[in-house]
Amino acid sequence: MNNNNLESVRKLRKNKTAYLMLSASLLGFLFFYIIPYFISMFYAFVDNPLSKSFVGLINYRDLFNNKYFLRGLKNTIIFMCISIPLNMIISLGLAMICNKIKVFSKYLNLVFLIPLAIPSATTAFFWKQVFSLNGFLNKFLGIFNFEAVDWLNSKYSMYIMVFIFLWKNIGYNMILFIAGLNNIPKSYYECAQLEGASRWQQFRIVTLTYLVPTFFLVFIMTFINSFKVFKEIYILTGDNPHENIYILQHFMNNMFMSLNYPKLVSSISILITVIVSLIIVMFIFEGRVSKNLSE
Amino acid sequence: MKINSKKAIKTVLIVIFFIATLIYISPLIITILNSFMTEREINENYALIKTIFEPDKKYIDFKLIPNPVSLEQYKKLLIETPVYLKSFWNSVIITVPIIIGQVVVSALGAYGFTVLEFKFKRVLFFMYIVVMLLPLQVTLLPNYIVAEFLHIKESYLAIILPAIFNPLGVFLLYQHMKLVPKSYLEAAQIDGANHLETFFYVVLPNVTGGIASLAILTFIEYWNLIDQGIIFITDRSKEPLSLFLAGMGESQLGLSFAASTFYATPILIVFFYCHDYLKIGIQTSGLKE
Repeated sequence: MNNNNLESVRKLRKNKTAYLMLSASLLGFLFFYIIPYFISMFYAFVDNPLSKSFVGLINYRDLFNNKYFLRGLKNTIIFMCISIPLNMIISLGLAMICNKIKVFSKYLNLVFLIPLAIPSATTAFFWKQVFSLNGFLNKFLGIFNFEAVDWLNSKYSMYIMVFIFLWKNIGYNMILFIAGLNNIPKSYYECAQLEGASRWQQFRIVTLTYLVPTFFLVFIMTFINSFKVFKEIYILTGDNPHENIYILQHFMNNMFMSLNYPKLVSSISILITVIVSLIIVMFIFEGRVSKNLSE
Repeated sequence: MKINSKKAIKTVLIVIFFIATLIYISPLIITILNSFMTEREINENYALIKTIFEPDKKYIDFKLIPNPVSLEQYKKLLIETPVYLKSFWNSVIITVPIIIGQVVVSALGAYGFTVLEFKFKRVLFFMYIVVMLLPLQVTLLPNYIVAEFLHIKESYLAIILPAIFNPLGVFLLYQHMKLVPKSYLEAAQIDGANHLETFFYVVLPNVTGGIASLAILTFIEYWNLIDQGIIFITDRSKEPLSLFLAGMGESQLGLSFAASTFYATPILIVFFYCHDYLKIGIQTSGLKE
C-alpha cells in the first residue's frame, strides 16, 4: 500500500525479526522437502538409477501400462471417493446430533476420539482378530450358519478398509464440525425462521453456507488422514494385499524397496499434479463462496 | 402424538450411540482384558486348530474376562524380553525431539506467515499445503535423498529432522493465529513491542489450545510411526515400539496383547488428561473477532 521507499525500508528493518522467525521453518521446509523433490525429479527421465541414461517420457508411458500402478491408482480413487464424502456426511450428522442433545455430548466426543489414541499396531491387530478366517465376525456369523470368509482377502476387503478409516477418523471431524456449527450466529437461524424457512431450508441455506470454511478444513484433514489408512492396512496385510485394497502407497512403497526410483518418481509427480489441481479448484471454490458471504 | 415420536427418535438415537460406543471402545477393552490372561487362555481363545479339526462345531466360546487374572504376560514382557524395553526407549528418543522441534519451528513460522506480507507468501503457503497433503510415501524419497546427502541414513535423525519441518504444524497454527484479532497485534506494535515480544506476550497466550493440540497430534503421529521406519530402520534393536509391535505377529499372541496395552498407555494418559486441550485446539473456536 505504501509506495514510499523510506517507509518500506523502515518496515523491512522492523520486520527483520519476523523474517528470521519464519526462516527456520522455511529453510527446513525447502531443504527437506522442496529442493530434494526437484532433485529427485531427475530420476523420472532416466532408465535406471545406475546407468542414468536419458529416456525422455518413456517412464510415464510405462507407468500407464503398469498393471500394479493402475490398480493402485484405481483403488485409491475409489477409496477416496467413497470414504471422504461418507466420513464428512456421517461426522456432520453426528456433530448436529451432539449439538442438539447436550447431555451426552461430552462423553460421546471422548468415545469417538478413542481410536485416535490407540496405536496403529494395536488397532490393526484387533481388526485382524475380527476379520480373519477364525475371527469374531465369522464366529458370530457362524451362529446363523453362514460360511466362514477370509474377509481381508475377499472382494469385501475394500469395504473393510473404508470401515476402518471411518472408525478411526470420524471423531476428529466431528469436533471440527461441532466448532463450525457453534460459530454460526443463532440470529441467522432466527432470521430464517422469521422469513418462514422450513427446517430443511434452514439447514441448506444457513448451515451449509456458513459451514463452507469448516468444510474446507475438514476436507483437507480428511484427505491427509485418508492416506494414513495405509498404516493399518500395511500391518494387516503386508506388501501385497488383496487386489481390491492394493493402493497407491503399496505401489510406491514396493518401488522404493526395490530401488525402482524412475517408476517411483514418475508416479509421485503424477500424484502431485493431481493434488495441486485439486487444491486450486478448492481454493477457487472457497474464494467464490466467501466472496458471496461477505457481500 | 408428537411427543411420542420425539421419544421414539430419542430412543433410537440412544441405541445407535450405545452400539457405536461399543464398537469404539471394544478394541481397547478386549486388548486390555486379554493382556491379563495366561498364555493358555489366549491360545484357547484364538486357536486355529479347532476350525481345522472340528469344522462342524459352531461356537462362540470366546472368553472375555480373564480367570484368573494373571500378570504372566507382563512379567515375560518387562523382565524376560529386554529388547522390548529398549524399543520403548527408542520410541521416546524419536518422539520427544520431534514434538519439541515441530512445535517451536511451526509456532515461529506460523507467526511469520501471520504478520508478514511479502511477494510470494501465497505461493509459498500453497506449497506448504501441497506437501502437507501428500502421503508419506511421496515425501520419503526426498527425505531419503537428504539423509544420504547428510550421511544420517542409519541414524534416527533421518526421521527426526524432516518431521520437525513437517508443514502440517505451520498450517494448523496459522489457522489459529489468523483468529487472533488484528487489533491486539496493532496495539502491541503501537506500545513499541518488537516481534519477539508480540509473539511471546500477545500471540502465544492466545493460541495455547492450538499448540497443545499440535503437540498431541504430533505425539500420536510419531509414537505410531510405521512407514518411515520400514525405510530407515534396518536394525531390529533400533526399532521403535510401533514397528516392533507390528512385527511381533501371531506367534507371540499373549505377549503382544500385553505389549499393546503397555504401548498404548502413554498415549491414553496424554489423551485423557489433555482431551479438552485437543478439542479446543482442533476447534480453533476459542477466539472470536
